[in-house]
Amino acid sequence: MTLIPVTEVAHVIRSKNAGPYELTLDILFKDQATFAATRDACVVTPESIARLYGIPVTDVLKVIYYEPALAIKITLRRLMTSGAFGETDVYGAQQHAPLLRLMVPAGDSCR
Amino acid sequence: MKILSPTAILGYGFPDASFAEGMRRRPDVLAVDGGSTDPGPYYLGSGKPFVSRAGVKQDLARLLQGQAELKIPLILGTAGGSGARVHLDWTLEIIQEIAREQQVTYRLGVIPADVTHDAVVQALAEDRILPLTNVPPLTEKVVRASTSIVAQMGAEPVVAALQEGFDIIICGRCYDPVPFAALALSKGMDPGPALHLGKILECASIAAMPGSGSDCVMGILDDHGFTLESLNPERRFTKVSVAAHSLYEKSDPLSLPGPGGVLDLSQVSYREWDQGRVRVEGSRFVRDAKYRIKLEAARCVGYRTISIAGVRDPGLIALLDEVLSKVQEQCRSRMDPQAKIHCHVYGRDGVMGPWEPERKMAHELGLVLEVLAPDQAAADNGCSLLRSTLLHYGFPGRLTTAGNLAFPYSPSDIAVGAAYEFSLYHLMEIDDPCCHFPLSERILMP
Repeated sequence: MTLIPVTEVAHVIRSKNAGPYELTLDILFKDQATFAATRDACVVTPESIARLYGIPVTDVLKVIYYEPALAIKITLRRLMTSGAFGETDVYGAQQHAPLLRLMVPAGDSCR
Repeated sequence: MKILSPTAILGYGFPDASFAEGMRRRPDVLAVDGGSTDPGPYYLGSGKPFVSRAGVKQDLARLLQGQAELKIPLILGTAGGSGARVHLDWTLEIIQEIAREQQVTYRLGVIPADVTHDAVVQALAEDRILPLTNVPPLTEKVVRASTSIVAQMGAEPVVAALQEGFDIIICGRCYDPVPFAALALSKGMDPGPALHLGKILECASIAAMPGSGSDCVMGILDDHGFTLESLNPERRFTKVSVAAHSLYEKSDPLSLPGPGGVLDLSQVSYREWDQGRVRVEGSRFVRDAKYRIKLEAARCVGYRTISIAGVRDPGLIALLDEVLSKVQEQCRSRMDPQAKIHCHVYGRDGVMGPWEPERKMAHELGLVLEVLAPDQAAADNGCSLLRSTLLHYGFPGRLTTAGNLAFPYSPSDIAVGAAYEFSLYHLMEIDDPCCHFPLSERILMP
């Protein structure tokens, strides 16, 4: 399996609050083949996300593959309620950077 | 039915040309969302708006003019950003000003969304309160400590206002899709497509390519589904851009819970039509056995003072953690015992905090020193002490004996005022979907 950086095959990698208590991460793939190859290779799992963020796997609340948008959605427990004392990112819009290091299998169209 | 959404949040603005194109296509209703919890707890807690007054006035003036021109309903959800009474009154005052300037009388249906502290405490005692995921269970103490408590209204109160004959309806806190779906629901259309369309329209053109939160879009609804049309020729919808929008700010793209039921998107199909249009079918609304509304509130947790400073000295950067902890230790005894201290270190982990996987330091760091205390004077005192102690702290090997910090501003300390935290984000079971959302008439004359 050839692995390539996710930044080459995704057109959106973002984070945002899903309400004040959760943070949600989206990876939107450019093409069906890479989306499917990534899904089938199980490279994005609660365990791999927990490792990337250095958090307990129980703080990764959901990993959902959503084919209509060629998307992987990951929902994390927020470190604290949005805007609470010690907050670093009220909107949660800059918490995606660890995802940029992901390596994913090349789909057919990339070979 | 044609539903025109001008902008993602009232006050964000929209191009005249897109709005004129929308008006030319003769919509049946103009609807706009006014709010969000994204900007954090301050706005609901303090009663302040998070959009500019001038922006809201400019948008409202054009929408009121459009309403008068076509004699169609204009529905505004979550007035003033957070939708408490004070935000609603702020919005009404702006409409009053427009009425005066344009010499027009407006007859409004006004639906506040405030829930009294007693009503929530009673619901708590009757076991009708349920925390949302990750939210701690509610206590009476937390309810009493909250400032305004609002609930997201479902479509029913707005449908009732339309049936009373109101053409301009201004709502307090409102489930975001409601202003867009209400007219369709008042005519007995299927709530599945109506609410799903509302979910997309509440963000205006964010679901288009290229996306924008300040451009107009038309949703065309029928009994089987809906079609999205951009009103700006530079944007188009694609099936992926629309499908991707159901991910936006949601934890689950297939199941979106709201007042009275869940929007089930598991059977939805997206098809691309000509001219950048997308057709969506298969959205279903599944009613809950018990009607629940979402409560939101914030409470004041003290007063905040901050100081912003840069560090360029490699010696201090190398020892920063040790120095910050010694400085805090030294200041503690002279601060209010309840004061909390936090140091944001930009250039290291200022954005991600404990989640930051990179451990390398930049050659210069930005510090935001923050003190939260029971009153402003105590916060000012704490921050001043922290800043001056750090400025002159003699760390081992120090060469820079004239000062450790570079301040971009004089004054170096900024009193931020009251600080808030979200306190309620819970569901409350109710019997009558309208009971906390009383409709009243308001006439605004020049």
